[in-house]
This record gives sequence, C-alpha cells and structure tokens, in this order.
Amino acid sequence: MEFLRPASWADALAAKAERPGAVPIQGGTDVMVEINFDVRRPEALLDLNPVKELAEWDVADDGRLRVGAGVPYARLIAELGDRLPGLAQASRTVGSPQIRNRGTIGGNLGAASPAGDGHPPLLAGGAEIEVESARRGVRMIPAAEFFTGVKANALRDDELIRAFWIAPASGPQYFAKVGTRNAMVIAVCSFAVALHPERRRVGTGLGSAAPTPRRATAAEEFASAELDWTGRRPLDPAVARRFGELAAAAASPIDDVRGTARYRRHALAVLARRTLSWAWNDYVAGRRAS
Amino acid sequence: MAAPPRSPGRIAAPGLGGVGDSPPRPDGTLKVTGEFAYASDLWMDGMLWGATLRSPHPRARIASIDIGPALATPGVHAVLTHEDVPGEKVYGLDGTRDQPVLAIGEVRHQGEPVALVAADHPEIARRAMEKIAVEWEVLEPVTDPRAVIADPEGNRVQERGGICRYQPVRVGDVAQAKRRAEVVVSGEYEVGIQDQAFLGPESGLAVPAEDGGLDMYVSTQWMHNDLRQIAPCLGLREDQIRMTLAGVGGAFGGREDLSMQIHAGMLALRTGRPVKMSYNRYESFFGHVHRHPALMRYEYGATRDGRLLYADVEIVLDGGAYTSSTLNVTANAASLGVGPYEIPNISIDAYGVYTNNPPCGAMRGFGAVQACFAYESMMDKLAAACGIGPLEVRRRNAVRQGSRLATGQVIDSPAPLAELLDRLEAMPMPPPPGPSPDIRDLPGGASQTTHGEGVVRGVGYGVGLKNICFSEGFDDYSTARVRLEVIGGEPAALVHTAAAEVGQGLVTLQAQIARTELGVQRVTIHPADNRVGDAGSSSASRQSYMTGGAVKTACEAVRAELLARAGRRLGLDASGLSVRDGKIVARDAEVVASIEEILGGDAIEATREYHHRPTQRMDPVTGQGDSHNQLALCVHRAVVDVDVELGLVKVVELAAVQDVGKIMNPQALEGQIHGGTAQGLGLALMEEIQVTGGRVRNPSFTDYLIPTILDMPPMRLDIVEYPDPHAPYGLRGAGEPPTLSSTPAIVAAIRDATGRPLTRVPVRPEEISLPGGAA
Repeated sequence: MEFLRPASWADALAAKAERPGAVPIQGGTDVMVEINFDVRRPEALLDLNPVKELAEWDVADDGRLRVGAGVPYARLIAELGDRLPGLAQASRTVGSPQIRNRGTIGGNLGAASPAGDGHPPLLAGGAEIEVESARRGVRMIPAAEFFTGVKANALRDDELIRAFWIAPASGPQYFAKVGTRNAMVIAVCSFAVALHPERRRVGTGLGSAAPTPRRATAAEEFASAELDWTGRRPLDPAVARRFGELAAAAASPIDDVRGTARYRRHALAVLARRTLSWAWNDYVAGRRAS
Repeated sequence: MAAPPRSPGRIAAPGLGGVGDSPPRPDGTLKVTGEFAYASDLWMDGMLWGATLRSPHPRARIASIDIGPALATPGVHAVLTHEDVPGEKVYGLDGTRDQPVLAIGEVRHQGEPVALVAADHPEIARRAMEKIAVEWEVLEPVTDPRAVIADPEGNRVQERGGICRYQPVRVGDVAQAKRRAEVVVSGEYEVGIQDQAFLGPESGLAVPAEDGGLDMYVSTQWMHNDLRQIAPCLGLREDQIRMTLAGVGGAFGGREDLSMQIHAGMLALRTGRPVKMSYNRYESFFGHVHRHPALMRYEYGATRDGRLLYADVEIVLDGGAYTSSTLNVTANAASLGVGPYEIPNISIDAYGVYTNNPPCGAMRGFGAVQACFAYESMMDKLAAACGIGPLEVRRRNAVRQGSRLATGQVIDSPAPLAELLDRLEAMPMPPPPGPSPDIRDLPGGASQTTHGEGVVRGVGYGVGLKNICFSEGFDDYSTARVRLEVIGGEPAALVHTAAAEVGQGLVTLQAQIARTELGVQRVTIHPADNRVGDAGSSSASRQSYMTGGAVKTACEAVRAELLARAGRRLGLDASGLSVRDGKIVARDAEVVASIEEILGGDAIEATREYHHRPTQRMDPVTGQGDSHNQLALCVHRAVVDVDVELGLVKVVELAAVQDVGKIMNPQALEGQIHGGTAQGLGLALMEEIQVTGGRVRNPSFTDYLIPTILDMPPMRLDIVEYPDPHAPYGLRGAGEPPTLSSTPAIVAAIRDATGRPLTRVPVRPEEISLPGGAA
C-alpha cells in the first residue's frame, strides 16, 4: 500500500486524479479501523493532514460558514457550537474525546455511513458539500443529494471533499440519537431538527434508519405549515405527535444487530416529537438555539 | 536464554503497606502511563509471526485442504494442519481432552482453528492464510440446547455426545410440598452470551531452546494447567517447557482455556525460530470461550407470608462444541441454583450441553451468575405475590451460619445475609432527579434522547452467593517460595509464585503479606513462572485465599527459621521472639537484634504449599455433598432512571454490601467490587454476543458494548468483616460475588420503573418500550 502525502490542496487533487483508487485519510478514525480489521486494502492512502487549509473554517460572502473537511469534531464543538448547535450536539455524541480530537465531518461524509452522526444536522440545516477535482473544478452538492446508497456518496473517482457550507443557525436546532449505551455508541437511529423562522421552514434529518441519511420531507412540510411562526403559540401535542409519525414514516429501517426495524420506527417518532418540542419551546421563549 | 525485551521482569513493590493497607500497585504507574509490557508487546529479534486460519462455518466437514499456494508465498516459513501436531491432537480442561489443536476433518464452531501459518510479517501471514484452499461440506448446525436434551443422540456434535453434564439436586419431597403451598409463582428466564471483553487480546511468544524444548511467554490465568495441556500436544516433557507469565491485560475467566499457546509452540518447533502470535480484536472474539447462555424454568411455592416451601428448577447451559469448564459451570448452577435461601424441598435439573454455538467456559461467577438472575427474579415475584417487600421476602428466607445449602452442605462460617440486607436498607437513597438535569445524568446520556420526558425512577435489589476456590473434590493448592536475605545492608524478601497477576492486584497483596509476616519493608516479586510449584488459577476468587495462604505459610516458615537462628545466637527461647520493623523483638517488645545481624550473609528460603480443606463431589443422583470450600455473599441495591418511551436506562446509583471476612487491601477490594458490579451492569443492559445459526453477529467493540463511565454510576459500599476461621487471615474471596447480584438488582429496578416482566438479560430497549415487548 502506498502512502501519499500531498503538501497542498492542488497536489492532493492531482494525486487523486492520478490515483483514483487512493483512499483519502484525515483523522483515520474510520479508515484505519477498516484497514486494521482487514475489511479494505486500498491500493494507496492519500493523507490530507498536511493540507492545512482543510482544517480551517471561515464566513463566506453570503454569510454562510465554509467549514473545511479537516476540522475535527472537538474544534467544531468549541469554535462553532454557538452557530451550529445541532451539528455540535451531534459531534458531542461521536465516539470518545480522543476520537473527537481526530475525527472530522469530512471523514464522516467520505465514509457516508447511514449511521454517521454528522449527517442529520447537515440535512436539517440545508448544508452543501463542496467537492473538487483537478480536471473539472468545484462542484456544490446539496447534502440531500450527497448520500447515494449504503456507504456510498456522490463523489466521483477524482474528487475530494473540500468543505461543507451551511448557514449559521437562524433558529433552534436539536440532535438526538438512540444507542444502547449512554456514550460512545453507534446510532440505532438518530434525528436532527432545525427551525428556519426566516423562511418559516422546519428542516429534518434522520440517521441509521434507511440505506442513507435522509430528510423527512413530509414531516417538514407538515410542521412548517402547522406551526404558528408569528404568534408563537405553544406546540399542539397533536402536531408534535403527527410530526413524529411522519418522521418515522420517512424511514426504511432494517433489523440488525443494533436494533429492530420496529423499534427504530418507534424511537424515531419519539425523537422527532421530542426534538421538535424542545426547538419550538425555545422559539416561543425567544431563545435562538439551545 | 535471556528473556525477550518487552516481557515482565522482577517487580520491586514500593510502599510500606502490610496486610490491611492500600500501598500503591507496583504495576500501577506502568499501566497508567502505557509503559507496562503486555503480552502483545513481546518482541524478539528474528521472530516470526503466526496466524490462524479459522472456520467460517459453525459446522462443516473438511473435504480437503491445500496448503501448497500458502507455503509457496515468499516470506512464509511454515503452514501446519492437524497432521503436523507433534503429539496428542486434542486437549482440554479437567482432563476432558476433546478439543482438537487444529480441526481434524470437521469443524464444530465458527472460528475453530484449522491451520497455522508462520511468516516474516503478520500481514504476509494473513495473506498466505487466505491462500489456504479448504473445501467445505457445510452441515446444519445444532443450535437449540433444549433439543439436545430432548434427543442427545440425534443432536450429538462430538464423540462425548449431546449432554456434557446432567446434575440433579433432590432435597425433601417437592411433590408433597406442591400440595401444601399457598402461593405459587413461576417464571422462565434467559441469559445471553456475555464476553469477558478483556482489553489485552490473546498473545504470546514461543522460543525454541537448545535442548529441543521451548521457552514460552504466555498471557494466562494458570500456567501449570496450560503446561499440562501444551506438553503432550507438542510431544515434549513438561520439564522441556519453561513458562513465564507475560503481561496479562485482563482475564475474567477467558484465559483459563488455551488459545495460541500450542499453536505458537508448533510453529516455533517446526521453524526453529521464535514465533509470536497476537490476535486482533475480531479474532479475539473467536479466540476464547464466553459465558454460557442459559435457559431457566423456575417454580417456587411458599406460605402466604412468603416462606419458601419448594423450588422446582430446570437450568440449561449451552457450552458449545467442547467441554471446557462446562462440567464445573453446571455444578455451580446446580449447587447454587436457588441461592442463599433456605428451602426445605428442592428439585433442580441442571444440564450443560454441547451444540455448535460459540464455545463457552469460564467467566467471572460462572454458573452462579446465570442462576442468580433467575432466583432473584423469582424472589421479587414471590414478594409481589405475597404482598411483602423485596427485602423482607429475602430476609424471611435468608441463610445464616448453620443453614443448609441445596447440596445439604452446612454453612460453617458466618453468612449474615439478613444483616447485610438490613445494612443495605439503612443506606441513604440518592436524591431525586433535579429540575433541569445535565443530559449526561439522564437515560441516553450524551446522545440527548430526553430532557426528562418519559423518565421514571425504579429501585431493585439483588443477592448473590458464590463458591470461593475450586470445588467438588479438587485438591486445590498454591505454592510460594520466599527468600529472605540482606541486600545493601537491608533485609529484603523475594516472593516467587506461579500465580497470575491478571489485573486484580495479587502482586501488591503478596508484598503486603510478606511485609506483615517478615517485618521487612523491602519486598520484590519474582516474575511468575513454572520454576516454582503450581499456584492454581487466578479464578474462582481464590488467589488471595490460596496464593495469599501459600505466601503467608512460606513466610511463617522463613520467620520461624530466622527466629530459631536468633534464639540460638542470642541464647533466648525462640518461641518468645517475633519480628517487627526489621528487628527481632522479645516478648517484652525489647529489640534484641536486627534481622541483618542474624542473617549476615546467609539467605533463608522456604517453599510451601497451601491446600484448602477437602471438598466432595456432588452426588450424581441427589446432588448432595460438601462440594464447596467457602461461600461469599454480596447484596446490591440499584436505583435507575428509565426512559419508558425509548427503553433507555441510566443507572443512577448502585449500593453494595459485601462480607469479605477480612479487608486485605481496601483500595484493591473496592476496585474488585466496583469492577464486578460494572460487569454485572454490562450483562443487565448491553453485553451480549449475538448469535444466529451458530454465527456471531457482533465480534467487535463497535457492537459488543461494555459500560462506559457514563453508564456506570457512583457506588456506595459497605464492607463487612466476619472472619472465616478456615481461611488465611479470615478472608473471603471477593472478586466474583458482586458480579452476581448487580445484574438482578438492575433488572428489578427497571421492572419497578416499567412494570415490564423482563425475563431476559441483557434487557433490550425494545422490551421496555414497545407494546408487547421485543416480540
């Protein structure tokens, strides 16, 4: 196995174009596990750690945050937790402190696991993924179109993930994840909600409950229409319940070693109902975010 | 031959603590800083790496094996199959040699070793292994242990048959008692497969010696028993194999069976090179036995006021394809099947059976853990049926000194169960949940599944009774060699045993005993090896008792000789002398000489065996007999918060009361109780090797979950000391009992919060939250 260490982003793109089979590695919290367990034997590893700009974030001209693919969870929590509370909550549930120091959203997106904790808040927040190739340049992929199958994403062979773009929270956001342990656990199912009061929209994302992370669009439409955005009346419990049912209906869960499909649907309904209630209560109280 | 770098050497035990103190662990700093040499760190220049080809099938015939392409791989030095086993081709525990070193024509469980490779690099070995072409004839696995009992012949998975051990217990007249019972309760219970989940995977190094023998560095619980199995399979005499304990990264029973020892020995003998084998985490799940899963049916009858009249019990333990510890696990389940309660009429049928499920053997509290979940669940059922409290029903039926166990054995040392329950009841309860708690204190923890919605508090109790040391007629002993001499002008003791330090703190305790008995400060612990006699296993909560007893006895012999010399030298009666703080002291506490003055340039050395009193086999028909050496009690109270909508649990507090006879080392003891309790929590809530059709579905720490610090709550402990007159220092083995009682206490607390029956552990969220449970 070759170990490629490009010094710059341009070199990284060139290397990827030349060696489409090279697997990019950043924190190594996922790739190294697979290699150690002999699950995959990539022809080459493309180490992105020397590409320092990947570990940076800034505010773009349109006011959105552009977060480099190499920003680890721990920094995302510390530096962007106020602007991206849903993503920060999800980041806090990732692995252990050591894993959060190394693991990145870029790696999460690269692996594209249906259970990736970062995905639901990106979906709920309407993020876009910036990918690039040496030959064709930059492409912006909406998060909702990024996940194409179980552990598959929309990246082409010569493309690398540069950053994700996401608007800072304009309203309350929540992330909740069910696992059979109180920390350091892979999701049995997860749910993210984001209120966008300026657009009177509710964003959602569900994880570990379908072949890919996905939005619960019917639930979004329903809640966006039912919620009293101007009067800020308290949430009708029947609306919260229906939102939960619609969120669960958006899932296509399976039975596996972590839980049953029946439980996943049930739990998603509970998580969706609860997180919407928390978010709406914050909104009613004038709190922007948790 | 010099010891390889990165293997344990002599340990100087720091601190001054004697028996009853908590000196720092001699291996503590090394382990915390990552410098301790575990078996996976063993290294020798020029060594080869061994790898094991394992069966992907739970049951299959091997039509053919072609090792040619693997052997032709550059960097590969040997590829071996069962045909290459130099001696006996089978091994096993307790003289039951039924486990092939490498599969002979048939595999009986997923992961059974089939062939070995030695290569220059582990990756070369792995890739060569994939080139070994095996032609399989896949067979339908036997996976239902009850079907084996119904038709042992038709479901025979190996020569010994379908049932490994059937052990009945018969006391009084159950049929007659059934007619008199005013209250009858019954239940069916199930325990899933728990894994020891030790962090240090199976590893070791075999080095060929000039005499044709081997130097072996192994991570094990019982070196001498390993040797008794290794030598015949390698075709060597035991004295041709020199065993040294490598750094053990946890055991919990999972290192009682051999793993890579014979394999590395075969490869080393064949290649003439040192061979290291080290499993990765995935392989480790197939490289050791697990806790027996159990199916249990219980029926209890009692008077209206909750006094037990009879117990009618069936316990089925699935041992997998080979015997391992199943004989003893079954005996424990049978003899301790109703726990520490007086019941005049008992019928227990305990079965250990062979199947093609994963192999099971020893794990902390074996046999007793499974039964404890059932009998404690039954005690709560009985309490509810009689309208009395869970503590009261236990007190009314509690054993005490002088009570008879189900085996008829009279408990001849303190067994103050009622008092332990009183003490548990007197412990303060944790405060109720606050108005806006930290999410990490709620069910779901950091994953934020609730802000308090759906959370209901519950309280439950559990009681466990465990036999300490080996039972059923086994001549259980340990050996210690103690040497006292003057080093650098200071008296120093060297303690040498073959006892395995597996993390429990035995090396600390050995030094404490030597300090107390010899009155010296400077103590060194010799590496554990087989140049000294057998120490028995670091299991059955027995090492403080047995090796502690042996070290004490050897120290007493050294001291007696020292005092005899002092008496002769000083013209005093030796019987009036004692040692204290490095001095020889007369009866009036006057210092009469220093130890170094008496010893001069001499050394005094003594080697002693310590045997516990004899025990008896259980009668094969009635189960009667004084089968146990010592019994130990622990009681737990669990307070839990349950999210009843999602089925997630936060254990808020675990309180325990345990009688340990004598506190030898407070810190190590508390660690044992904390650790045992955590392992019981794991069984209650999350730890299970999930199996379908004989195949393991979750062989990794991604999906085999063990408790984290957010799952394990703070503990409240009350440790009681009622000395056992038969035991050294009056101590009672303490490592296993907490593992028994925490599981049923936690499940009882969840039942209290949810009203769900919860008859299976680990409890799944589905069983709490879905209408009708998980079905």
